[in-house]
Amino acid sequence: MAQDVSIRTASSRSRYAEITQEVVGIPLSYPRWRNWWICFGIALALLLLFFVSAGVLFWNGVGVWGNNIPVNWGIAISNYVWWLGIGHAGTLISAMLLLLNQPWRNALNRFAEAMTLFAVTCAGLYPILHLGRPWRFYWMAPYPNTMNIWPQFRSPLTWDFFAVLTYLTVSILFWYIGTVPDLAASRDRARARFWQVFYGILALGWRGSAIHWARWRQAYRLTAAIAVPLVVSVHSEISLLFAAGPIPGWNSTVFPPYFVLGAAFSGFAVVSMIAIVLRRAFYLQNLVTTRHLDLLGKLLLATGLMTAYGYIVEIYAAYYGGERYEMETLWDRFTGVYAFSYWGAIACNFVPLQLLWLRGARTSPFLLFVISLAVAVGMWFERYMLLVTGLYKDYLPSSWGLYDVSIWEWTLYAGMMGVFFVPFLLLIRFLPMISAFEVKETLYEGKVQHSPSVERTGAERISGHA
Amino acid sequence: MREPRAYGETLQELYGVMAEFKSPDALKQAVHQARMRGYRRLDAFTPFPVEGLAEEIGFSDWRVPLATLAGGAFGTGLGYGMQVYTNLNYPLNVGGRPIVALSAFMLITFELLVLFAVVFGIGAMLILNRLPRLHHPLFGADRFDTASLDRFFLVIFSDDEKFDARHIQNFLWSLGPERVQTVPSAGGPG
Repeated sequence: MAQDVSIRTASSRSRYAEITQEVVGIPLSYPRWRNWWICFGIALALLLLFFVSAGVLFWNGVGVWGNNIPVNWGIAISNYVWWLGIGHAGTLISAMLLLLNQPWRNALNRFAEAMTLFAVTCAGLYPILHLGRPWRFYWMAPYPNTMNIWPQFRSPLTWDFFAVLTYLTVSILFWYIGTVPDLAASRDRARARFWQVFYGILALGWRGSAIHWARWRQAYRLTAAIAVPLVVSVHSEISLLFAAGPIPGWNSTVFPPYFVLGAAFSGFAVVSMIAIVLRRAFYLQNLVTTRHLDLLGKLLLATGLMTAYGYIVEIYAAYYGGERYEMETLWDRFTGVYAFSYWGAIACNFVPLQLLWLRGARTSPFLLFVISLAVAVGMWFERYMLLVTGLYKDYLPSSWGLYDVSIWEWTLYAGMMGVFFVPFLLLIRFLPMISAFEVKETLYEGKVQHSPSVERTGAERISGHA
Repeated sequence: MREPRAYGETLQELYGVMAEFKSPDALKQAVHQARMRGYRRLDAFTPFPVEGLAEEIGFSDWRVPLATLAGGAFGTGLGYGMQVYTNLNYPLNVGGRPIVALSAFMLITFELLVLFAVVFGIGAMLILNRLPRLHHPLFGADRFDTASLDRFFLVIFSDDEKFDARHIQNFLWSLGPERVQTVPSAGGPG
């Protein structure tokens, strides 16, 4: 046994250095400037669009949006749910798979966590922009004030404020302490003084002491263990924003699990898309292997089928209850003005998904990307459908009204993409985007099945894919 | 386990003696030998967490998990207490529903439990590890930058009761390292 171990580590010794060079080399000597600048330019333009749209909104008030009574929530809130859902997959990949001892997650967790941070930021901006008087958003916080009043702690809106703030804080801390050891590696590899100081400060003086590692591991694993129920609680709370209201089509007990699974579903789709683009853009095929795509495809399929179950239960519950308004709302979904969003959700979410039963589709980057894109769009439709079909026909026919998304809502949505991509691209450019030390740990512990591509050297790899 | 003072009285003062190994297994073996020899003030430096290494050095510290637990308890108390206090302070009677509504308060209570558990746990990790600390004598040692790459280091600190630089160097050489060196303390103001 002991001999076995020494042979394995002897053959993988140089791999340790290779992995670090490969990951840390990307921020230190950035390989693909032109493509990065093109992407960053587009993202900056979108960010500008965000500021213009938000400016127009602040100047005119929410009247520039299509929101009205009865549909007072519009895509501002459905996008909020959509972004937050995407964010959850990062935490789930990182924390849940860490606890389940799935070392393959180490190639994905860093950029998945980064995705979480910025998706949650985008999500958090929406309710504030939707407030009408956004400069008073802090009224949600319980602070002593001259009006002598407090937030309504029995309202899901207040729960939400605490949930999102907690989630953002925990995500940042989890991501940061998970990155510190790789920042130390960047500091040690950097040659220019500025970058040595830059990474040196960010790395907090990390030096890889065994005692430090032991405490780090305690803190990291405990945070992961707490982050998983946190995700469940946060998205359950989002669903209670709907389910706690006496609106036909919302008032359902299946909502919390249905929302959590839908969130994971859309998030895994976005993680797959990011993984596919990054591995191609930076020749990371030997770190993010086809095996990773295969597993992501399986996760996508599993969560997709669970989400489909939510759809079925919704229909069943409406029929089982037999309540008149519930049935009306259900039929409005199938055949009403907004039927396109219901059938769009079904078609995008569950039809291409069935391809993932085939291994060939899961391991094909192109197919997996297309299916994931369909899921991201489908889940957008789903949130739109849930929100608008519930609201546009009130109990009284006299207060029915249609909702049309105005141009400024679309521009704000496009601008949010900039809010997401600008910091994400900066992170890819300046910080190690794959957890090099955890990949090395996996290599040492011999848990990774060596795929043929792992054995290839860097030069071969690059020439093979250039 | 605390490290010795980083700043000696003089530049000549030693911080410790360091040996460099090529594999985690060689390092583990070396730590074991050093402990057998009776050295107690030592630490290992690795590019990734090596299972069981800290325990070999004598690590058994449960303060980080305890701090997490304490943070969770604190957050629970704070979250629930805040909601009870504000509701009693300004009672809102909505259709005769209870002022102190246990089930409605549980969500924020849980969120604050999580928030403080994580903040306390990570805070305790940083404080007990004496981080951030941007300068350290080890950073001055030759080739220590490979501790984040692919090399594995063992350091026996100068405040060990049995510390004798010459002896320790001979002992470390006997363990089959790549190299052995003494690490001076950083000097400068203490």
